Amino acid sequence: MKITQEIISKHGLKEEEYQKIRKLLKREPNLLELGIFSAMWNEHCSYKSSKFHLKNLPTKNKYVIQGPGENAGVIDIGDDDAIIFKIESHNHPSFIEPYQGAATGVGGILRDIFTMGARPIALLNSIHFGDPKNNNTKNLLNGVVSGIGGYGNCVGIPTVGGETKFNSTYNENILVNAMAVGHAKKDKIFYSKAKGLGKSVVYVGSKTGRDGIHGASMASAEFDENSEEKKPTVQVGDPFTEKLLMEACLELMKKKSIIAIQDMGAAGLTSSSVEMASKGGLGISLDLEKVPCREENMTPYEMMLSESQERMLIILETGKENEAQKIFEKWDLDFVIIGKTIKEKNLILKYNKTEVGKIPIDALSDQAPIYERDWKKNKISQRKIKIKDLNKIKFKDAFIKIISSSNHSNKNWVTNQFDQMVMGDTLQKSGGDSAVIRIHKKNKAIAITVDSNANYCKAHPTTGGKQIVCESWRNLISVGSKPIAITNCLNFGNPENSEIMGQFAETIIGMKEACEFLNYPVVSGNVSFYNGTNQKNIFPTPVIGGVGVIDNYNNVFDHKLKAEGNIILVVGKTFGHLDQTAFLREIYNKIEGPPPEINLSNEKNNGLAILKLAKEKLICSIHDVSTGGIISSIAEMSLSSMIGVKINKPKKLLNLFEYFFSEDQGRYILEVKPNDIGKVKQILEDENIHHEAVGVAQKKFFEVENEIKLSVEELYNLNNKWYYNY
Amino acid sequence: MNSTVIVFPGSNCDRDIAVALEKLNFKNKMVWHKDTTLPKSDLIVIPGGFSYGDYLRSGAMAAKSNILKEVVRFANNGCLILGVCNGFQILIEAGLLPGALLRNKELKFLSKNIFVKILDNKNKFCNKYKKNQVINLNIAHNEGNFFIDKENLKKLEDQNLIAFKYCDQAGKETENSNPNGSIKNIAGIFNEKKNILGMMPHPERMIDHSVSNEDGVGLFLSILS
Amino acid sequence: MKLSVTITLKKDVLDPQGKAVQNTLQGMGIDNLKSLRQGKYFEIELNESNESAAKKKVDDMCKMLLANLIIENYKIDIVK
Repeated sequence: MKITQEIISKHGLKEEEYQKIRKLLKREPNLLELGIFSAMWNEHCSYKSSKFHLKNLPTKNKYVIQGPGENAGVIDIGDDDAIIFKIESHNHPSFIEPYQGAATGVGGILRDIFTMGARPIALLNSIHFGDPKNNNTKNLLNGVVSGIGGYGNCVGIPTVGGETKFNSTYNENILVNAMAVGHAKKDKIFYSKAKGLGKSVVYVGSKTGRDGIHGASMASAEFDENSEEKKPTVQVGDPFTEKLLMEACLELMKKKSIIAIQDMGAAGLTSSSVEMASKGGLGISLDLEKVPCREENMTPYEMMLSESQERMLIILETGKENEAQKIFEKWDLDFVIIGKTIKEKNLILKYNKTEVGKIPIDALSDQAPIYERDWKKNKISQRKIKIKDLNKIKFKDAFIKIISSSNHSNKNWVTNQFDQMVMGDTLQKSGGDSAVIRIHKKNKAIAITVDSNANYCKAHPTTGGKQIVCESWRNLISVGSKPIAITNCLNFGNPENSEIMGQFAETIIGMKEACEFLNYPVVSGNVSFYNGTNQKNIFPTPVIGGVGVIDNYNNVFDHKLKAEGNIILVVGKTFGHLDQTAFLREIYNKIEGPPPEINLSNEKNNGLAILKLAKEKLICSIHDVSTGGIISSIAEMSLSSMIGVKINKPKKLLNLFEYFFSEDQGRYILEVKPNDIGKVKQILEDENIHHEAVGVAQKKFFEVENEIKLSVEELYNLNNKWYYNY
Repeated sequence: MNSTVIVFPGSNCDRDIAVALEKLNFKNKMVWHKDTTLPKSDLIVIPGGFSYGDYLRSGAMAAKSNILKEVVRFANNGCLILGVCNGFQILIEAGLLPGALLRNKELKFLSKNIFVKILDNKNKFCNKYKKNQVINLNIAHNEGNFFIDKENLKKLEDQNLIAFKYCDQAGKETENSNPNGSIKNIAGIFNEKKNILGMMPHPERMIDHSVSNEDGVGLFLSILS
Repeated sequence: MKLSVTITLKKDVLDPQGKAVQNTLQGMGIDNLKSLRQGKYFEIELNESNESAAKKKVDDMCKMLLANLIIENYKIDIVK
């Protein structure tokens, strides 16, 4: 088949990229080779637009065993235990077919974890939908939530946390990011680097069908009216097979037979074989007629580009083939030797002994294009909104409107569809500041949180990038854990647009600064560009997954109030920053002005002081202050315990609205026993940390002096109705 | 006491129930579904999960496995059989317990803590609880909506074969406290000889105060006594 | 008029349920089983005596709700 202009552009390749392919091959590629190039060179696999900036992020501290570049990041949590984690996007497939898109997103991220030898112990998600009033939002919400549950529940991994948000910026492009966390023994971690010549390359798992052919290219193309036509390529998830594949892989990993292992994710057989060969500095030869196929008459092109799920590629030690085969047969899975490692650094594809493709490995990996795309600096808006210029609203009405809004309502409707308790080690479920999972049969636990704030990032990407790292850090501190490292999922618009590229570059600058200052490096992640339709790009939405460690699981904190009479303390200074807050968005529909500023040294100082107080058991409960301000945080503490609070008006000159709804950063709410308050204040003063008592826990009523008096049940009903009425 | 947990492809609460059994000093063995014989057992547990992916009907394919024939033989000889969640579905599909488990009334997977009432404590599974005691357990299922025809329901009631009913914290069997639409709020039932118990809630999730509570411990202690 | 709708997965779409059922049947000794795919069946009664109008109505139902056109095909038959 002659490679025409049309075929090239259908593969998402630019003319100059095609010319580069010709130069690297020193000839015209055939269609199979072109397909392979397009899969490996697209944004999703090559990181061609993001690499230049990503390399600036810190990726090491003393706990990091493996940073970015593998299937997932690995950290050391003491003894012989390692935690392996990563977050990944499945945005475009989920918009097209929400149930299957979300389900296969969960499946993919789970494979990234168990590929490395870890048993997955927790799943989290960050899902973002358009305006609830938008036509298809409800359908997408239903599909995505049941898809996430459908997959994770069946495999038997608890889904323990996440966030569900609504914002009209996602009307035409929802975000579905899934995070998985696994536990392994430090000396039993598996990597994707091939070693040794003449080793068997083994295909295991499900059969290959025509699913998602060119899915990876789809994930890197903007939507247009023709998206409907792309639908037949949707992958269908089979969590049952995933569970079998996971158990089979973990069983094989107990033996000493695996040299390298790689999940067949985006760009399936192509990317898995190229990545293993590239890392090992060798070549791979595949006999494609041996690939287990689900459909008749599948072509080499379809086999190499299929994105059928629940498949793995393994390079085995010589002589271990029979032993390995027995394990996969026990679990009713396909096991076929489809090729071998070779010295010449090529990907050689044969079909019935005829060579059908031959590409230098380097051309697909190291030689893939890297772009230093133009980017524009974002101006920080200085327009501050003055409270006296706004229409008057009653304080109580504003509060009720916020806590009963789509973004601030209780999310039980979502989280009740996820099995949160399977595996028996969930110490803290969704709804807390972080999820907490005990390491099986050990005293220690890990804390996990997923966070984002697209509004702040849109208003000023550098500040937003910093803020989201800090928010993640704060959420881990709030359960009494020591923050260790993060994984990031960077959801952005079209990188060929210099404004969007500017948002990306500056978000990375902000993240870098915060990660370095807090010694909180990035160990894995994923970039998702081209989120948007016909030039309408989404708000920049970096999503951060953070992991912290708790040495003794008896010292876990939550934000449930513990007893009437305890004192409620705000830690960190309140300046009254209202721009970009939930208050202005929900009440006045205003989304202008700068985001709240980040002071990294206060952030760190406050966080470490909280950990000190937690360690000395001087606090009963902790909650960070985030969107919705002090009042929303205290309300959440009240709601999770059904204990009331009496809150005093601020003595300072701040306006009531500014005091309670502002989203100044680096703040926490603490519940302290009256007997301990002296010690707590002393420690905070020694550290030079601003604090003030705002109220006292009381029976039954949530109360703000002269402004609000609601029974906790009323508050609960207000906070709990949105999803059920939607 | 010797216990055996049967593992089907897709079982996923097998480890949890084994942890619970071992914590309470059962001598436990895991048995793979392709095995044809069972070890010496005083208790056989069919755990929760998604055997065969819940495909076709929940529990339908596991009910046809070879090992189930052995379970039936053991049951006929008086061995105690406990089926939790998917295990309950399998026992029903295998004909060891009556009725059917339909999709939840809201047609959604539902995972939450609920209250159930102990209806009968004169049996091998519940003798450590008080009659009408209300306990807090966790459910996590798609198909837990118990249905049975009038005649057989009457039989369950007359012969005192209903083990648990969903209720509120005060023990009232209300519509609101019935999470999945089960007929008469039924959450678990016995066979006529009361050596087989099938239940949707997970007692093995309630054995550790750090994770939840210890309301499930009584069930295992009852079996031991 | 009574019509039926048979919904099947499109040809190349993975059918995890069918696959698991097939494996189980084969495991039970049915060895000449070549392939098995699972679908859905609806019976629909309409107050409509015109055959083509009825078919049109059911076709709309399929497109609107009954079938997921991304992964499924459907077939409409007149029962009586």
